[in-house]
Amino acid sequence: MVRPSRSHRAFQGANGVILSLVVLVTLYPFVNIVARSFSGERQIRAGEVTLWPKGFNLTTYRIVLHDGTFWRSYGNTVFYTVVSTLVAMVLTTCYAYVLSKRDLRGRQLLVGVAVFTMFFTGGLIPNYVLITSLGLKNSVWALAVPNAISVFNLLVMKAFFESLPDELEEAAQIDGLSTYGILLRIVLPLSKAVVATMVLFYSVSFWNSWFGAFLYLDRPELMPVTVYLRNLIAGATGGSGTGAATEQLTQVAANIQAVTIVLTALPILCVYPLVQRYFVSGVMLGAVKG
Amino acid sequence: MSTPTRSASPPGTEDLPATAGPPPRPTARAGRRRTLRREWQLYSLAVLPLLFFLVFRYLPMIGNVIAFRRFEPGGSLFGESWVGLRYVRMFLTDPTFWQVFRNTLWLGGLTLVCCFPVPIVLALLLNEVRRRSLKRFVQSVSYLPHFLSIVIVAGVTLQMLASDGPVNHLLGWFGHDPVRFAQEPGWFRTIFVGSEIWQTAGWGTILYLAALTTVDEDLYEAARIDGANRWRQIWHVTLPGIRPTMITLLILNIGTFMAVGFEKILLLYNPLTYPTADVISTYLYRAGVESNSFSYAAAIGLFEAVIGLVLITSANQLSRRTVGTSLW
Repeated sequence: MVRPSRSHRAFQGANGVILSLVVLVTLYPFVNIVARSFSGERQIRAGEVTLWPKGFNLTTYRIVLHDGTFWRSYGNTVFYTVVSTLVAMVLTTCYAYVLSKRDLRGRQLLVGVAVFTMFFTGGLIPNYVLITSLGLKNSVWALAVPNAISVFNLLVMKAFFESLPDELEEAAQIDGLSTYGILLRIVLPLSKAVVATMVLFYSVSFWNSWFGAFLYLDRPELMPVTVYLRNLIAGATGGSGTGAATEQLTQVAANIQAVTIVLTALPILCVYPLVQRYFVSGVMLGAVKG
Repeated sequence: MSTPTRSASPPGTEDLPATAGPPPRPTARAGRRRTLRREWQLYSLAVLPLLFFLVFRYLPMIGNVIAFRRFEPGGSLFGESWVGLRYVRMFLTDPTFWQVFRNTLWLGGLTLVCCFPVPIVLALLLNEVRRRSLKRFVQSVSYLPHFLSIVIVAGVTLQMLASDGPVNHLLGWFGHDPVRFAQEPGWFRTIFVGSEIWQTAGWGTILYLAALTTVDEDLYEAARIDGANRWRQIWHVTLPGIRPTMITLLILNIGTFMAVGFEKILLLYNPLTYPTADVISTYLYRAGVESNSFSYAAAIGLFEAVIGLVLITSANQLSRRTVGTSLW
């Protein structure tokens, strides 16, 4: 018993070291960005900032928080997220409910229509041409409607509906409830957990998205905060800057970037500890049933 | 003249007894009618979602025909007139295309080779942690980058590599001059793959950890009795146990090989790093959306999609033949 336990301890020790490194490597960039966002410009430029702010000041925060463009794009993000999530929830719930009826005629076809799109998609250009010719450009619908159903979420929700007891719905039907009534008054109240999880999945993905807005929204007053941040980054790494003056400008921009990154990530970081286990169980469910 | 009237009347007379038949069992009939109404209402719930799939998923698939047609902005969705393989020939003779093609293979290959094994190793290590709180903590931390916008990930990456960032700071300790990572084509592949691992490794462990819980404890017991040490247990029990999961994820990864990290490359690259960073999808984005050559870009996109489809189908076929695991 002595020998295996020593090798066991060596193994556990090495494992601990490796996993600590993983944690360190994952977290350090965040800690560093937060530290930079509170630091003085000169100290950042000198490369003095590591784990803790140097030359603590809130000037950059004041600059960003007094910037109307930042607030407007933040508001846009909230608006787009709410509208897109709403549209997505209505469509996904309806379809998932239909697909959960095992003996519905044509169900296989309805499932197939959705699942096929996981393996083959139209591609960037036809989509762009479509959205443009539908006249959706520069409206929230260009973001909400084309992403209204994520097939993965659909399958998770379908699996949940299938797990509800059939007897309840049959009883409700005998009592004279229509399908709409059953869905609204029996099924949805029983599905609060999965509905909440889906709202979470959708809203996080809409909050984080940027490319749709970048493609379909031309007017600066419409852009979400992710595109605002993207423009900051693109401006700072344009590659054309070589002179000392642009170098300094880039540095100030880097400071603003750090603050914007922190502020954009903040809502996600706040809800993250509460919600991540839902995501994990959602992924597991999707993997097992999908 | 008499035939039509004669042939028309018998069905009418036959109809009467047919409709008169059911009344003896009114409940069954009412039940059927109720099911019919119910089914009709169910189908009506599927109308909007189906419309969504048809318009926003299937129409763009058909829309790919503009790759073979002359398209004019503002004109028809499917182009104006057939031009055959003109646009295909155009990109096949375009030197930039071959450069981005090579870059795609490089980045896709590196991402596959580097990013695929990391979650497996991480899951194996996590699986050996006995203290649950510690395990959960490491997991929660490693998932984190997955939840942030890709814009934030790109921003963090560039900040880390800035001339005053931590990486250059570290290099400074070893007496190295600062490197302008973001502007050096030679560094792009490392940066891309590195940030990809950082972002995806933790999240990728979920499915493997789930698979690991299904491995039979008795097998470990048996292996231990046979004198297998930890490494041999991992090699002979754990890895075979999670093989179906590994292969499924490998096939899926191969399927996305050509579409390698489009959004992130768009965020990380700049004209100075085009020689190594520009891939098929970013090139077709610039050709299509920025330069308005929609048909040309659609031809490239179609080519990319076809390669992707061929890759995933053949990977699936190969794995079905060799190890008996497949996606379909």
